Amino acid sequence: MNPVIILDNICVRYRAPEAKFGTFKEYAIQLLKRKVKFKEFNALSNINLQVNEGEILGIIGRNGAGKSTLLKVISRVLVPTEGRVRIRGRVSPLLELGAGFHPELTGLENIFLNGTLLGHTRREIESRLAEIIEFAELSSFIDSPLRTYSSGMVARLGFSVSTTWQPEILILDEILSVGDEAFRNKCKVRMATYRDAGSTTLLVTHDSSTVETLCARAVWLDHGEIKAIGPASEVVNMYRQSQ
Amino acid sequence: MTETPSFNNISFTYDSQQRKSPAVEELLDIIRYRDLIYQLIRRDIVARYKRSVLGILWTMLQPLGIMIVLTIVFSSLFGGAREYPAYLLSGLIAWTFFAQTTTASIHQSVWGGALMRRINVPYTVFSVSSVGTGVVNLILSLVPLFLILLITKRPITWAVFFLPIPLLFLTAFALGIGLMLSSLAVRFPDISEMYQIIIQAWMYITPIMYPETIIPESYRRWVLHLNPMYYLINMFRTPIFEGRLPSLNIIIIGAVISLVTLTIGWIYFSHQADKFAYIA
Repeated sequence: MNPVIILDNICVRYRAPEAKFGTFKEYAIQLLKRKVKFKEFNALSNINLQVNEGEILGIIGRNGAGKSTLLKVISRVLVPTEGRVRIRGRVSPLLELGAGFHPELTGLENIFLNGTLLGHTRREIESRLAEIIEFAELSSFIDSPLRTYSSGMVARLGFSVSTTWQPEILILDEILSVGDEAFRNKCKVRMATYRDAGSTTLLVTHDSSTVETLCARAVWLDHGEIKAIGPASEVVNMYRQSQ
Repeated sequence: MTETPSFNNISFTYDSQQRKSPAVEELLDIIRYRDLIYQLIRRDIVARYKRSVLGILWTMLQPLGIMIVLTIVFSSLFGGAREYPAYLLSGLIAWTFFAQTTTASIHQSVWGGALMRRINVPYTVFSVSSVGTGVVNLILSLVPLFLILLITKRPITWAVFFLPIPLLFLTAFALGIGLMLSSLAVRFPDISEMYQIIIQAWMYITPIMYPETIIPESYRRWVLHLNPMYYLINMFRTPIFEGRLPSLNIIIIGAVISLVTLTIGWIYFSHQADKFAYIA
């Protein structure tokens, strides 16, 4: 047992003013009058979870069950309101393909921009540059501005930059709707390679049959809590019955 | 629920309960992400001019154009046409740097905020890179400034080698203010609208277009001595316009104000940074 992710009693609590204050002035006045009431909302409560090295864990649940929030906590985007997160190794980014791209810059310039946003150094990017361009199948367009790209090309470039480096913890968040059939298969192959090479994988999906086939263990999230955790087939069955 | 073993023997790369103080953590992150800062500055400069014919020349033409307009309007009021352009331009460049970088810092942080809800980046990179872009622009606009000094036959002395010092303090001050405003603007987007009015008023009470001597003695204390930008503009302008070093008084006050502002801005911002991702 070699844990790479340990979550202890994680709570993520959003605290929103009950009335929406559009302006600073309004907010300041109401705050001074102590009239601001806050509505609290637990996006996650009491999450205890341990994921071991090399494991493929499925995360299922409806929209709004807290799946994305959980991923944000693990990828360090969100510091939980309560509880303790411990992570060992690099977590692959939540794939929001093309986040941070600039339309006026060329594909090449965007590789450097996006790569450094993901925390890589210039040198690391330079050494994998050929590979990134080749995987995205953009060799002949790499010096054109991004605004001339089709949405599929942008997605391919985004995917290529963010998956070139093998992460210790791989997050698959229903991403495989990228580009055409052939590129999708390429993505799947790359993900499978990382998985087989020992990356711990978190698979997040609505599609419970994928979880059944790929994962040994699964977590079912509902209303920000863990409803069930255990062998994938059992958890998936419980989830299906509740539908 | 069984008690989770403590795993104290394993070294984790991230432990939400064993973090350094936010200000220190942010500083270390900034150093680690220096290549990103370079890329953001590059993006700002390259993207801005990519579709214009004159490109980067605009950075130099813009202050020149404003200077010509203001010289035509004001030179007969405030000193002769000989002195006025250099006086105006030396103050205007420093002011433009401050106004542009603080505004950019707000906008970048709001843009970066959207990004930060998806990937983990140190949040200060957006303010730091805005100021970095401003420094590049300022250095470029020194070219038209020295051109004007030559044309209007102002003497250029060794004092210009002092300029990196006021530039450093201006940078620190702009970054400090930028960070404070950004952390507010993430929660209240209309800060950015409000700031446009403030910066306009602030410019008029700072002696940039007019000589400080026209401010009545009785007001000077309030208008000049409580205005941080007075010291910083003065520190930047004196070596250029008067060809001598600024007074020690001005240097010390300017240094203290800007370093204190930066420290407060940095600490405040980094303590708020964890909360930004919660603000949808």
